[in-house]
Amino acid sequence: MRSSRGISHTHVGSLHAPDATLAVRNARDLYTRRNEGVSIWVVPADAITTSDPDAKGAFFESPAGKNYRHASYYTKSEGVKHL
Amino acid sequence: MTIPPVPYAIDPDNAATVSAEEQQFNDLIAADSRIEPRDWMPDGYRKTLIRQISQHAHSEIIGMQPEGNWITRAPSLKRKAILLAKVQDEAGHGLYLYSAAQTLGISRDLMTEQLIAGKARYSSIFNYPSPTWADMGAIGWLVDGAAICNQVPLCRASYGPYGRAMVRICKEESFHQRQGFEILLELMNGTPAQREMAQDSVNRWYWPALQMFGPPDDDSPNSAQSMAWNIKRFSNDDLRQRFVGMLVPQAEVLGVTLPDPDLRWNEEKGAYDMGEIDWTEFHEVLAGRGPANARRLQRRRDAHDEGQWVREAAAAYAAKQAVKAVA
Ligand SMILES: [Fe+2]
Ligand SMILES: [Fe+2]
Repeated sequence: MRSSRGISHTHVGSLHAPDATLAVRNARDLYTRRNEGVSIWVVPADAITTSDPDAKGAFFESPAGKNYRHASYYTKSEGVKHL
Repeated sequence: MTIPPVPYAIDPDNAATVSAEEQQFNDLIAADSRIEPRDWMPDGYRKTLIRQISQHAHSEIIGMQPEGNWITRAPSLKRKAILLAKVQDEAGHGLYLYSAAQTLGISRDLMTEQLIAGKARYSSIFNYPSPTWADMGAIGWLVDGAAICNQVPLCRASYGPYGRAMVRICKEESFHQRQGFEILLELMNGTPAQREMAQDSVNRWYWPALQMFGPPDDDSPNSAQSMAWNIKRFSNDDLRQRFVGMLVPQAEVLGVTLPDPDLRWNEEKGAYDMGEIDWTEFHEVLAGRGPANARRLQRRRDAHDEGQWVREAAAAYAAKQAVKAVA
């Protein structure tokens, strides 16, 4: 669902429907009763490919320990303006 | 009073036999983090959640009936629109919760079957009739009010999909309680007959609403384990006490009397003392012998049967379109 212009779509929930057209309508009824969205995408659950939850340690290992990728790693410039 | 032993998530004497995945589950719970659908979890945790979430979903679905009953007879177009919106919300709540339960491996069809076969439980409160318009007020104020009190802490439940469903539900609930309060307030500002109708309704719903928090702590065997798993955050009695504390000043604004002669402020404990709750009645209603159990289930069964042709037609249409798309 896109909650308003300028915001990306985010996942809001699941539902059952016999086909894609009805899925969009059901999603409107179920998830936008209070103007929560201006655009809806639906995706069949079996069309989603995911990372393996059991392998998450190894899979996401690369960024670990690389805190020099964050601005907060660089402390010597503290107090210097506009940096 | 006997307090059941607290089952610890981690048994220090048994540490060696804890598998790596179980250790990870325990660590996540200890850190007050969230468990997600594809994480390993103990069988008991899964079963407890399936039971609790599906019962909760069934309660939302059956809970549409006492109010749905009044949609065609609401006293004005405005009230009709409000009531319709509220009942529609409850349908939505049921669907959010069925989706959350499905992530634990139970199918929607099985849950529906369990409900219409009378094998599943739902909140005992919905087995009371709603004979007057004032009941729409008392249900919103007391029943949705108690539900909110119960549900706000569930937004932090350790199972991710459940907590997320509860966040969505809680956002929608406060309108339910306020519209009920307003119905009562309008009646209390009306004729003597209207005031009497409002008071009578509060008299009938007050005690069943207090029972919604479940049996007293010393008679609630599963509570300790649910608390250890961070599913439940406060005990039944604590939540009930908190609810009564909020109701008393609201009842004063309304000008209604809460039907408990023993209700009085206890300076020492800084909370209200209240009278005995009739737990025999609670267990009777839960066992299916309440004033409207049979009617509620029959209505649900009929609705399911009457919707059969719609489900079949939608599936047939979808199948036909799929064939066309391939051709
Ligand atoms: Fe609800
Ligand atoms: Fe509600």
